[in-house]
Amino acid sequence: MANAEKSTELQAPETQYEEINDLLDKKNQHYKEGFFTSAQVETFDKGLNEAVVRAISAKKDEPEWMLDFRLKAFKHWETLEEPHWAKAEYAPLDYQDYSYYSAPTCGSCDSESGSESEVDPEVAKAFAELGVPILGENANIAVDAIFDSISVSTNKREDLSELGIIFCSFSEAVQDYPELVQKYMGTVVPYHDNYFAALNSAVASDGTFVYIPEGVRCPIDLSTYFRINEAKTGQFERTILVAEKGSYVSYLEGCSAPVRDTYQLHAAVVEVIVLDDAEVKYSTVQNWYPGDDEGKGGILNFVTKRGICEGKNSKLSWTQAETGSAITWKYPSCILKGDHSIGEFYSVALTNRSQQADTGTKMIHIGKNTRSTIISKGISAGHSDNTYRGLVKILPSAEGARNFTQCDSMLIGDQCGAHTFPYIEVENATAQVEHEATTSRIGEDQLFYCKQRGIREEDAISMIVNGFCKEVFSELPLEFAQEAEELLAISLEGSVG
Amino acid sequence: MLLNIKNLQAEIDEKQILKGLNLEINPGEVHAIMGPNGAGKSTLASVLAGKDNYEVTAGSVAFDGQDLLDLDPEERARKGLFLAFQYPVEIPGVSNKLFMQTAVNAVREEQGLPPLDMFDFDAYAKDKIELLEMRPDLLERSVNVGFSGGEKKRNDIFQMALLQPKLCILDETDSGLDIDALRLVANGINTLRSEERSFIVVTHYQRLLDYIKPDHVHVLYDGKVIKSGGFELVHELEENGYDEIVKQHQQA
Repeated sequence: MANAEKSTELQAPETQYEEINDLLDKKNQHYKEGFFTSAQVETFDKGLNEAVVRAISAKKDEPEWMLDFRLKAFKHWETLEEPHWAKAEYAPLDYQDYSYYSAPTCGSCDSESGSESEVDPEVAKAFAELGVPILGENANIAVDAIFDSISVSTNKREDLSELGIIFCSFSEAVQDYPELVQKYMGTVVPYHDNYFAALNSAVASDGTFVYIPEGVRCPIDLSTYFRINEAKTGQFERTILVAEKGSYVSYLEGCSAPVRDTYQLHAAVVEVIVLDDAEVKYSTVQNWYPGDDEGKGGILNFVTKRGICEGKNSKLSWTQAETGSAITWKYPSCILKGDHSIGEFYSVALTNRSQQADTGTKMIHIGKNTRSTIISKGISAGHSDNTYRGLVKILPSAEGARNFTQCDSMLIGDQCGAHTFPYIEVENATAQVEHEATTSRIGEDQLFYCKQRGIREEDAISMIVNGFCKEVFSELPLEFAQEAEELLAISLEGSVG
Repeated sequence: MLLNIKNLQAEIDEKQILKGLNLEINPGEVHAIMGPNGAGKSTLASVLAGKDNYEVTAGSVAFDGQDLLDLDPEERARKGLFLAFQYPVEIPGVSNKLFMQTAVNAVREEQGLPPLDMFDFDAYAKDKIELLEMRPDLLERSVNVGFSGGEKKRNDIFQMALLQPKLCILDETDSGLDIDALRLVANGINTLRSEERSFIVVTHYQRLLDYIKPDHVHVLYDGKVIKSGGFELVHELEENGYDEIVKQHQQA
């Protein structure tokens, strides 16, 4: 294992722009989360076969039904071919060249997890560096921190359990709430759904389990922070979120990884179940390492996120700010089954350098008077490709369904691409579907106007881009919105001559 | 002297527009630049502000003792050169407040002053809004988005008031304004006149000048100043048109 030092030190910024400028000034350090933590770890040998799947399950001391689920998924996965229909070019992956389990060996990996003092100090330091409050120091948020394959700390669980809320790692849920996990796992994203979902089902390492009981409004934001640390490791987390009738929760996730010169694989599955009159807000700020200027290294972010609005009047909102990853393949979707249920998708996806993103959503209208809104903002810079791919499907049963889609692309420079693939399938004549799309380039005129007022080009670009994204950022919880704005500025470094 | 332009020659797309222009401006003076279409009026404004697509091929411009042509556009702005645009640009989603706070602090940084925080900036901006009788929600609105032509021009004047430049260049600020909007813009400019601040008012028509009453008037034709005079030149132009002056120039 190599020793590495963290790459930047942040000073307390006086203004938001000052911080951005500081970061912009540090050449080649634009990815401030790119440090590597040297903690004691146990990592499986590279390779994937049935024995590895069994070993992961054994490591976690899993019950028989969980192992069966994994094996079934693995057998199915072996019959599948890696999909390459996304608008992204990369060589097929060698799945035998990855390790499928890596975990810090001290701290909360033993069965006493959940007690907050036992995290490996190096790991705790890494999360502190990332600004993740794993010790419960922020009163407004509860955090599940995932380091490579396992959850190292989940805080505020006692406070939440008084309300009947379950917020724990996926592994613990398998042990402590087997009925709930069995009831919901694979119901929204079945193991045979797609190649990466099958892979995830087979080797799922950890993840977060959230259960909000009937009528409970979760008083604080729940969040998971995902950190991939080891080289050549895949992270395959599985997140299940259940909102019982009349409940509400806001859930956030953040992601980062060290700078590596080879691809790291992230294939997650997220399942969200929303029952009658319940509401779930699911926000993501994704800042996985994007690879270098030549497209070397970075995270392959192949994620299946799907929620079902099972009950009437239920609501699910996905909000995402995607600035990282070498390749993104991700379509957070809503199945609107309950009558009068609502699905929303607000997305900012920024690509720079050689990044390739193919992202969007699916809104499947089944229930009567179901409504969905899609606001997608794609920003392409450098040599990157940014694709919106979305499906709006109105089934015959979806009397009175409505969808509004707005899909805006912004180009910075002339070496990048923006693509839009909206699919609309309507099988009920009472449906109303609206689609608006624009493509713009940051205008020379806009930049000159800003410069003539004394504003630097970098500041002008970040200001214009943030303005472009405002509708989406306003959907994010406040602290996340600011983080997203700052990330955009950093990610845009060097995007214009 | 605040601005000294000597033998300025500039081209765009290899077409020469300015062909040896001379102009001297002292602090506190208001100069009007008039001339027929295509004379190079807007090119002069753009070249002074440092717009990329113009290439200066000869001549020099000294601004406050420095070589202006050597500076980036944002440096020119920070040193006190302001351009009110013929077509102010819209920036969706960016509030006037964020835009102007960033700009004001950029200029303050240049002057070695500490940045204004949100509260200080608010108070500072409110004064200017009252001074120019602008609508109170101006700061909350996105830069020029949904503004009428008159509002855009007045927003530029408001920006000028906030930035307190040494030299204000107004590039056909009067174009497209009705008489009421024109009066408001002219009042704004007159409010900002001072002994230190100089103006270059580029215009097609005398209407604006009747309100502003410039100290000096120059007629620009074919990339050169062909006649200079006082305010009376405006009326001469009004009576005889540009043709007469151009004819005299060509005979000379």
